[in-house]
Amino acid sequence: MEASGATVARRDTTLLARARDLFSRYALILVLALLPLGYAADDLAGGHGLSRIATNLFEGLSNGAIWALIALGYTLVYGIIELINFAHGDVFMIGSFVSFGLWGTLGLTLATGPLGLVGGLLVTLIVAMVVCGTLNTMIERVAYRPLRNAPKLAPLITAVGFSFILENVGQLWLGGSQQGVPDLIHSQSELLNVLGVSVKRADVLALVATPPLVLALTTFISRSRLGKAMRATAQDPEAARLMGINVDTTISVTFLLGGMLAGAAGLIYALYETGIRFDQGFEAGLIAFTAAVMGGIGNLRGAVLGGLIIGCIQQVSDNRIGGEWTPAIVFAYLVLIMVLRPQGLLGEETREAG
Amino acid sequence: MSTQSTTTSRLQRVRAVADARPARAGTLVCGIVVVAVLPLLLDPLSGFVDTSVKALALVVMALGLNIVVGFAGLLDLGYVAFYAIGAYSVGWFASDHFAAVNHGHGVHVLASVLKSDPAGIHFNFLLVAVIAIALTALAGTVIGLPTLRLRGDYIAIVTLAFGEIIGRIAVNGSSLHIGAYHLTNGQQAISPLDPIKLPFVGSFDSSTNLRPYYWTALALVLATLFINFRLRDSRLGRAWIALREDEVAAASMGIPLVRTKLLAYATGAGLGGLAGAFLGYYINSVNAGSFEFSFSIFVLAMVILGGLGSIWGVVIGALALAYINYYLIPDVLNTLPSKIGLHFDLTQLSFGIFGFLLVIMMVLRPEGLLPERRRKLELKEGVGAGEDLYNVRS
Repeated sequence: MEASGATVARRDTTLLARARDLFSRYALILVLALLPLGYAADDLAGGHGLSRIATNLFEGLSNGAIWALIALGYTLVYGIIELINFAHGDVFMIGSFVSFGLWGTLGLTLATGPLGLVGGLLVTLIVAMVVCGTLNTMIERVAYRPLRNAPKLAPLITAVGFSFILENVGQLWLGGSQQGVPDLIHSQSELLNVLGVSVKRADVLALVATPPLVLALTTFISRSRLGKAMRATAQDPEAARLMGINVDTTISVTFLLGGMLAGAAGLIYALYETGIRFDQGFEAGLIAFTAAVMGGIGNLRGAVLGGLIIGCIQQVSDNRIGGEWTPAIVFAYLVLIMVLRPQGLLGEETREAG
Repeated sequence: MSTQSTTTSRLQRVRAVADARPARAGTLVCGIVVVAVLPLLLDPLSGFVDTSVKALALVVMALGLNIVVGFAGLLDLGYVAFYAIGAYSVGWFASDHFAAVNHGHGVHVLASVLKSDPAGIHFNFLLVAVIAIALTALAGTVIGLPTLRLRGDYIAIVTLAFGEIIGRIAVNGSSLHIGAYHLTNGQQAISPLDPIKLPFVGSFDSSTNLRPYYWTALALVLATLFINFRLRDSRLGRAWIALREDEVAAASMGIPLVRTKLLAYATGAGLGGLAGAFLGYYINSVNAGSFEFSFSIFVLAMVILGGLGSIWGVVIGALALAYINYYLIPDVLNTLPSKIGLHFDLTQLSFGIFGFLLVIMMVLRPEGLLPERRRKLELKEGVGAGEDLYNVRS
């Protein structure tokens, strides 16, 4: 079967290859659009107009902004050491927990005035980012660096191990059930209503807080010296080392950045969902990983795009099919992407083997 | 002169190996007899026998996973799916679940049911075991198909996704219907199930005597061990190991990748299904809540602790973790925190402990407690590092 595939490949003209590439790309887009388009058509046929599906998609975008932040962490780490950092979702969970703990320490309650609230949340944001960044760097130091030359299986298993350790820490910290957090920003109150789509405070928070973070990250990677070192290491660690780049430091910085984004996402998630749970990181991590793969793992723009798309799919599924099926649907999409186009929407056709 | 001496020494070595064989077989037989007699010395309802039954079933499961992860090198993070399917085959084919089948009189094949003329489908244990193996082997093949183009981490994620999808279907199965029936009962569990019925072992009643369950589990372990050893030394087993070491080289040596990989998935899944069915019978209920991701990791930790690919290692790893999880932590060590003045439940920490164990093992002794020689060399030399996650056919 493999051999016959190879002979067919040899007879391929470039035109045929391109046609197949187009098909695999558009087939994936078609599959992704299936759910929203289907329900939009359903609504139109029922004479309900498009406001419901538009609300779903808008909420999906704001929710997807959070997934995008987490997905960036996956994609950064994967881009540089080709490892799926399985513990990343749980670092995000720790971000939520740290934020919640800090509100208590700072005395942020529903009664806090707007100025104190903004100040307090900024402090929380910085602390959550620092804690999660440090945590992620430490995990890399302890669990991944000693296994740099081991088979791929080994660091993946330590990553799973750390994911369990962090979940257990979370469980001991706040218990095994959903923990409600103070709704500091009155997340469900409607700010304005555009053509039947209600814009809530939570949506605005997610959509306003995410772009500066993403922008800061991309600027750092494209402009700074360390960012250049990261790109060089991602291309070829061996050559980067020969050029005088400290590869270990660069990898640590990558984990630091990924962790910081996860920490920020943790805070935004806590404000957005007004509830946190020790195992939120497992599901969030898988959703964000799906987003990263969808966009093309290792590709920053792809991670953001994937996050937004998966957010939309998730909201449509939550709202139309039922929240209990959403994980299954997201995972089904993950499998479909792997089958149809493992390099993702924006990924390159071929990657050089490291 | 020198040729003659080497010939003699080789002869001596061959003779030594030949002499050692019956000795090893003797040790093995003695070991089996000791393990088989053990429950006769204990109270038939003691917690230790109870744990041992579970531990033996988990040995079967770990040996199944060892075929996929240890032999063929395909990291499977969704192994719980096969536990679920195995357990549900008991739930479907040995309980009152399909109550209206055959106008409420049920379908019985050599069944051992407690009531007379019960409703639902009631098959004999052996028949259900065969069904469980067939269903899980099929599921394993289906799960294997999309991973054929993928490698390493991506295989792990796809299998994880499948495991989670099966888990979701189990939990939400009370809203799915086959005809007039729920697919599963979700968290409400399908219970009670028929007891096992086998010739010569006595009656299977878990409220009076756990020994028959113990012996059945032991028999399953021995059968699985036999299958494992024979497979490892077979043409197929060598193909799996070649695949693990270098897929491209294996393919160019003429190993059919698709068939070899799918057979690894199917075999591993089948053993998981067998163990799942037995555990379903033993626990006497099939609850969707027990099919979680952490179970996959629990079994994976057994394989890694013992040594990837090492059959005896996996047996030891599985027994160790099962006794730690079901006996040592809840029954023996649980009073420890309060003795030193701390107030927490040690059982809450169990998965943190397993996570820690995974990290420690991988960093300090990646070859496991009882390593397989070949695998150890691979881990030391880093065979399989730096390969792509998928191959794009272009």
